[in-house]
Amino acid sequence: MSERLPILRIGENLLVSIQIDLDDQTVLNLQDDLAEQVVKHSARGVIIDITAAEIVDSFVGRMLATIASISRLLDAETVVVGMRPAVAITLVELGLSLGGVRTALNLERGLAILAEHAAARAAQA
Amino acid sequence: MTVPGRDTTADTVRTQPIVTSDDVVRARQLARTLAVECGLSLVEQTKLVTAASELARNTLVYGGGGRMDGEVVSRTAGRGVRLNFTDHGPGIPDTDLALRDGWSSGTGMGLGLSGARRLVDDFVLRTEVGEGTAVTVVKWTH
Repeated sequence: MSERLPILRIGENLLVSIQIDLDDQTVLNLQDDLAEQVVKHSARGVIIDITAAEIVDSFVGRMLATIASISRLLDAETVVVGMRPAVAITLVELGLSLGGVRTALNLERGLAILAEHAAARAAQA
Repeated sequence: MTVPGRDTTADTVRTQPIVTSDDVVRARQLARTLAVECGLSLVEQTKLVTAASELARNTLVYGGGGRMDGEVVSRTAGRGVRLNFTDHGPGIPDTDLALRDGWSSGTGMGLGLSGARRLVDDFVLRTEVGEGTAVTVVKWTH
């Protein structure tokens, strides 16, 4: 039942919402699809919304870290938004602190982080 | 392999075969159902379901498939959920190594077994090379 999650485009950013209990193959598909879409749309930011995710295990955690690394190589920033408190507690106990992954409490703040990035970029140019 | 310390009747045990990647999702769902029935708190539920996900994936990927048996159990101090994962795969030659953080024989982050152990209250690993592996975990209400 491996599926492909819809990836939405909002301006220069891509948004994917994890709303179903994902099997591993769907998680891997998402990794590939996001990389492809970042390049296709010259995206500057990627937001992964995990508000609806009841758990994040080591497989999904690794996917989040990998997507952040891949996006960075493709010149896009990744922000993971909406992590539930119980998920954060469990991830730390599991041994995954997701050090390289930028997080924000909700979508609004995630978009604000990406907007700051875009502004800093524009100032440099 | 037999389950250590089984003390409840068989008809309360619910079984989820673990043969495909979808079955890992179903094992998580069964673990969640049992955790809710048992009355575990939201954080305890999340820990148990996450541990179940790690262990079910191990059963599939390293054990070549197997099953999860789950049930609500009681003791004087309260109730808990016991999950038992069994496979007839190659077994684990060095369990100390397998339980170490960061060690992985596959493509994972090496947090599956060691991480799952931290997320539950009781953890029993029984394995024999060439015979298979059984992992029993219990999460108690606090």
